[in-house]
Amino acid sequence: MTQQLSVHWETGDRLEPITLPPVTRLELIKYAGASGDYNPIHTIDEAAEKAGLPGVIAHGMLTMAKISRLFSTQLESGFVQNFYTRFVGMVFIGDVITLGGKVIGKEKRNQDTVYRFEVFARNQKGKDVAVGELTFFTLGDLTRA
Amino acid sequence: MWTDRLGSRSQGEVNEVEKGAVRKFAEAIGDLNPLYLDDEVAKNSRYGKRIAPPTFPITFRYGFIEGLELPKSGLIHGDQRFEYQRPLFVGEEVFCYLVFKDAFEKEGSRGRLDFLVFERVGEDQEGERIFAARSTIIVTEAVRKEMYT
Repeated sequence: MTQQLSVHWETGDRLEPITLPPVTRLELIKYAGASGDYNPIHTIDEAAEKAGLPGVIAHGMLTMAKISRLFSTQLESGFVQNFYTRFVGMVFIGDVITLGGKVIGKEKRNQDTVYRFEVFARNQKGKDVAVGELTFFTLGDLTRA
Repeated sequence: MWTDRLGSRSQGEVNEVEKGAVRKFAEAIGDLNPLYLDDEVAKNSRYGKRIAPPTFPITFRYGFIEGLELPKSGLIHGDQRFEYQRPLFVGEEVFCYLVFKDAFEKEGSRGRLDFLVFERVGEDQEGERIFAARSTIIVTEAVRKEMYT
């Protein structure tokens, strides 16, 4: 395993976008089980239709969790400190979601650096389904956690 | 209405960041990071132990706000924030509670929308805050009316 112990970004840098496989019902069932959110609009068609939706929709929190994947490979260098997401669109079964983000600010605090990101999850039609901001705190001193 | 419960907090509950629960969650979100899942890799990392994904606190139990009744269905999750003092460690016990922070309304094209803001807090065994998670829940006029009929 190659360990990259410190990341370095500049304001304006874009994260390599991640395009995920199409959303499946099984994925939503698994997330319902793992999160404890059994609201049936996420898993059962009849319940979704009764709520006036064209079909089951993904949990907003699942989309937010997917956004955090953008930073998963960097967790050796720091952690997600402040993570905000607004759920602006619905995600349906079969949707292909792309995650992305860019650096909008950077602040040095002694040896540590706090990077500010704008992040998004977008569907195959190019419409945002979740947008937000995130700060990634990188620790300058390896002996501290 | 709910405004009379504004500022109330739940009694709270102790939650353990369970290994198995973290694995199940990581699998469900498709993020098989060894720092979440592998003791050996985690031991040699800067954290010295396994950590949990940032949105994992959604799985905890926070207790209930007495007297606060919300519609059983039709609630919309508007936004969500997590604020961490440090990562959450696998195996640790976290004291979690819920606060009803704010309530306001806006006029939408299909009638009144009620916005309810909740904060979920997790503290370590010394009472130090690990995270705060803030959610905005939207109640549409249709859902609100259904609840009160």
